[in-house]
Amino acid sequence: MSEPLLELRNVTFCYGLDRPVLRGCNLRIAGGDRLALAGANGSGKTTLLHLTVGLLRPASGEIVAFGRPRRREADFHEVRRRAGLLFQDTDDQLFCATVAEDVAFGPLNLGKPRAEARRIVAETLGCVGLPGFERRITYHLSGGERRLVALASVLAMQPDALLLDEPTAGLDEASTARLTEVLRGLPQAMLVVSHDRKFREAVTVQTLLLCEGRIDAGPS
Amino acid sequence: METDGCNALPARYLDRVDPRARVLLAIGVVGVVAVAGRFLTLGAALAGALVCAAVSGNPWRLLRRRLAALNAVLLLVAVVLPLTTEGTPVFHAGARPYTREGLLTAAAVVLKGNAIVLASIGLLGTLPAATLGHVLSHFYVPDKLVQLTVFTVRYLDVFRREYTRLRAAMRVRGFRPGVNRHTYRSFGYLAGMLLVRSLDRSERIAAAMKCRGFRGRYYLLDHFAFSPARDVPFAVAAALAVLALAWLEWA
Repeated sequence: MSEPLLELRNVTFCYGLDRPVLRGCNLRIAGGDRLALAGANGSGKTTLLHLTVGLLRPASGEIVAFGRPRRREADFHEVRRRAGLLFQDTDDQLFCATVAEDVAFGPLNLGKPRAEARRIVAETLGCVGLPGFERRITYHLSGGERRLVALASVLAMQPDALLLDEPTAGLDEASTARLTEVLRGLPQAMLVVSHDRKFREAVTVQTLLLCEGRIDAGPS
Repeated sequence: METDGCNALPARYLDRVDPRARVLLAIGVVGVVAVAGRFLTLGAALAGALVCAAVSGNPWRLLRRRLAALNAVLLLVAVVLPLTTEGTPVFHAGARPYTREGLLTAAAVVLKGNAIVLASIGLLGTLPAATLGHVLSHFYVPDKLVQLTVFTVRYLDVFRREYTRLRAAMRVRGFRPGVNRHTYRSFGYLAGMLLVRSLDRSERIAAAMKCRGFRGRYYLLDHFAFSPARDVPFAVAAALAVLALAWLEWA
């Protein structure tokens, strides 16, 4: 088994004092892994993704990412670049006026010069099947296109792993098919949260089940 | 303010000019008109503003609607101001005299208002919000203000959708606003819910920005290019126009 990219060791997390969500949760994502995560509403799937990239801190347990334990905010800067998180609601993720600005936001934050950012934008948009969308207005796009732009904005950071939070939520069949196609063509390791069984089976090879704050290897 | 417009190649002259020059011209014109008192200046400014609005490509319908709203307010001023200003009476409305000074002041206010609004719509109206944000940050307006502007434009529609959804949910459960406590309380809940949701959303947006490496500094992808052949004539004409207005006023 290859060295894990991301690992949660015995992680617990509570919202407030009396709402434990994760209780001793373990998870390993290694290079090339294609994992799906399923579980009931409110079982903590999104929380788990947010813990992985340090948007939330565990009450106990350890998060090891790319070979190092991560504890403080500064530790997670690198994690967030290398583990791209796609949010459930694209309105949260896309906040710029134009597609190009949104996709370039990450690369510019990483200190890339403008010319290179533009090159990355063109390349990434091509990769998600939206070539030439640079000047389009983000919030005039269809739901499916918006989801792909959000994915492009994550891919523009050139991550090693992708954490996708309900990528098919609100998408019609054609858009879901298109997204499936794009995701299947990507080389990154993936953890996909999804309720859509067909989608999970098309994109991932194993489904994990989050239940009562722990992860079990569930039906594939 | 237009929320889109970057998707087409700029066809109109104004859209090809460096946006910074447009914003500067607008600031200059509005500044002079705001302090000007002579009718000659105000008339000239209004004429200039009309030309700007006409070539700006704003639809006439929109211009009419904005001007109607503005002049409805100004009408109130025009009716009340001459009654409350001391001076030579011209004619009487009931017991109160309409004074010459008051009428002149009211006319100046109406001219000013229309000139300023027309100039703003003409020069800034077709500027995409994002571009305006970029211009402001080029003028060293504090980052926080610029981001507030840009984010407001981006999320206004999201909040409007959220409001419409909540209102629809109330309506399908038979809610009809009236003058009673139930209505006030329900609207209170609606406002509270919008506030809470906005707060939640802002936290999610901040989280998403952090995930993409945001650390408090906002970088701009677009850099304005000052092209001498295109922008110098416009800048010179703009400067002359503002100077001419100032000359009419103070010479």
